[in-house]
Amino acid sequence: MTAPMPGRHHIVFALVENKAGVLARVAGLFSRRGFNIYSLAVAPTDDERFSRITIVVDVESAPLEQIVRQLDKLVNVVEIAELAPEDATERELLLTTVRATPTERGQVIQLVGVFEGTIVDVGLDAMTIMLAGPPSKIDDFEALMKPFGIMQLQRTGRVALPKLVRRATRLRALPEIEQYEGGGV
Amino acid sequence: MRMTGAQALIKSLEMKDVEVIFGLPGGAILPVYDPILDSSIRHILVRHEQGAGHMAEGYAHVTGRPGVAMVTSGPGATNIVTPLADAAMDSIPIVVITGQVPTGAIGTDAFQECPITGVTMDITKHNWLITDAQDIPRVIAEAFKVATTGRPGPVLVDLPKDISNAQMEWYWPDDSELDLPGYHPATTGDPQAVLEAARLVLAARRPVIYAGGGILKARASEELKELAERTGIPVVTTLMARGSFPDSHPLALGMPGMHGNYTAVTAMQRSDLLLALGSRFDDRVTGKVGAFAPDAKVVHVDVDPAELGKVRRADVQIAGDARNVIVELLEALSSLGLGSSARRAGGSSTTAAESSLGRCDWSRAEAAPDSQAASRPDLKPWHAQIREWQEKFPLSYNQEEGGALKPQFVVETLRDMTPDDTIVAAGVGQHQMWASQFWKFDYPNTWVNSGGAGTMGFAVPAAIGAKVGRPEKMVWAIDGDGCFQMTAQELVTASAERIPVKIAILNNAYLGMVRQWQELFYEERYSEVYLSPDLPDYVKWAEAMGAVGMRVDSAEEVAPAIEKANGIDDRPVVIDFRTDAFEKVYPMVPAGASNDDIIVGPTEGEGGR
Repeated sequence: MTAPMPGRHHIVFALVENKAGVLARVAGLFSRRGFNIYSLAVAPTDDERFSRITIVVDVESAPLEQIVRQLDKLVNVVEIAELAPEDATERELLLTTVRATPTERGQVIQLVGVFEGTIVDVGLDAMTIMLAGPPSKIDDFEALMKPFGIMQLQRTGRVALPKLVRRATRLRALPEIEQYEGGGV
Repeated sequence: MRMTGAQALIKSLEMKDVEVIFGLPGGAILPVYDPILDSSIRHILVRHEQGAGHMAEGYAHVTGRPGVAMVTSGPGATNIVTPLADAAMDSIPIVVITGQVPTGAIGTDAFQECPITGVTMDITKHNWLITDAQDIPRVIAEAFKVATTGRPGPVLVDLPKDISNAQMEWYWPDDSELDLPGYHPATTGDPQAVLEAARLVLAARRPVIYAGGGILKARASEELKELAERTGIPVVTTLMARGSFPDSHPLALGMPGMHGNYTAVTAMQRSDLLLALGSRFDDRVTGKVGAFAPDAKVVHVDVDPAELGKVRRADVQIAGDARNVIVELLEALSSLGLGSSARRAGGSSTTAAESSLGRCDWSRAEAAPDSQAASRPDLKPWHAQIREWQEKFPLSYNQEEGGALKPQFVVETLRDMTPDDTIVAAGVGQHQMWASQFWKFDYPNTWVNSGGAGTMGFAVPAAIGAKVGRPEKMVWAIDGDGCFQMTAQELVTASAERIPVKIAILNNAYLGMVRQWQELFYEERYSEVYLSPDLPDYVKWAEAMGAVGMRVDSAEEVAPAIEKANGIDDRPVVIDFRTDAFEKVYPMVPAGASNDDIIVGPTEGEGGR
């Protein structure tokens, strides 16, 4: 995974069955077909039968249409939609432990304040900071923290939802999930 | 009704009208083998699990029904990985049941444990690991549905031993009780797209129907014939589609691709419209994609939407079952004024086989006046061009009297001495190409081969599976000596089960196709391709396996040997045809080259060196 480049990435949402091995099938499809992923986030939905996978894909590695259709072919993928980044509200969460000696602590706290982050842990010469926001804001914050010395850093990968005003025109959604009435045994 | 998971599995297979299971037992699948003794389902005990998989494929190829194979865990399961990959490439519906170690032992590297659902995830259409005996009937019903609908393909159901021993309460789910919320195979095409396709058909001057394996899967041969005859569009049949359109039909161009005939290849190259029906622009058909059919508009019809535009951009994409879409297309053509099939404008009563392109007018069905069809371009010049190519560049070989036995001569003689609806199975390599080129396929589901995966050793077990599925038909395998050595042991199965398949080995003592490439592209530096004509002794080997063995060295011995083989119906027959090792498959488009660079024969281009 590398950083997404403007114009090259696209967001694909897949509603998948909450069954063993589904994530492996999705990830396996990407590696088998040579599709590149920038980030991938999985989370349960309000319906326990399903999970939502948000994938940021490199549309130069393969045409978006091909990626979406191959994914849709997986039996466990219930619904799929894709969204251009400009039509999406994207958010990402960052947790980072930054070196902050007593003399630098003030500067770090100040920057966290500017970015509306939260200091979640403080040690003698380090702090752990949480920051949520648009991916570009996270990138900026990460760059600003680098000079202090980033000891550990984790980003969640982006989650996204369509911007509401454009939903009707741009979200290519498949049949509504409510239509599903099968229940097995 | 209470029963064990194992009993529920067999009962579920009975509910799916399974008539035969190809399999081999072992520890983890042991519980399931007990209720087989009480079942009406025939079990055929193979000698290697790969054989079970290919037999299931052969059965599916000729019957159109799913083939079923059952094997144990670990190596039993991994031995059937090749047939699964093969079936995935060729969209063959097979259902493979594997035993698994007990659920408590999964993940502990237990004896004969293999995570087969993980291994086969990418080469099955879908697979399941059952963790509750109560799920068995539902999962089996789902497995059959997924294998046989939409784009068919292989599925695998992994059944841990404790689950097959556990008690469950029997039920049989109806379709609405299946748990497949994400499975919606395409059925009919989008009417707007179909109408657009019909308009392109009526505007084309040099159209070609590019028929693929999807025609056979959709049982659309009759509809394809109606479409070709009504529109006068010539038809190429890919390696996977041989038999879907009769080779004896005047509009039949035969096989395109790397070893396709000149006319089929060139007609596609020069076409202005490719009507791709259930085909997928495989690299063996297109050659260099950028140079493939450069002037052609493309109408692409496939039941798998992911195939549309995957390789070649399509002007019209139609996701749907080939038969449904052809019927819709015929209706759309009617609406545009191209009425029902008028087989020839002259109204002569010659049969299709007697007439031929250029001699009669296939290009005009009854076009309604003032309709788009009435202003349709005349296809006669196109038909005349095609006929000229056919006459100028036929498939050819030269069987000299007293000379080395030519493999093509064997294929042609076999073709002429067997019933028209004989089922032919092939392995992979030169013999496969000669069989596809020189056989006349006039019936659907009579050609059984490994197209996409190119699995050597496919022929013998696939022929056995085919004979089990169609016992009333004559089944010949045309095999290579290299292929035969990979799976020949299944003839023991055939002898034991009285399955009288016939095997023609085109024995050129080489891995012939590799040898051909080394000759043409590696300056005749032959590396690891020589096999020896006598080792093994094929006649003795056949006899040791309970089959009749024969050996043929010369052209005049060919017919008598085939005649003798045709008369044997109580055991397998193997004929070792000693063929010319120097014979190469032509025409040939070198890998990665444009189809315009087709080499017609050994005296032309690189082949003449």
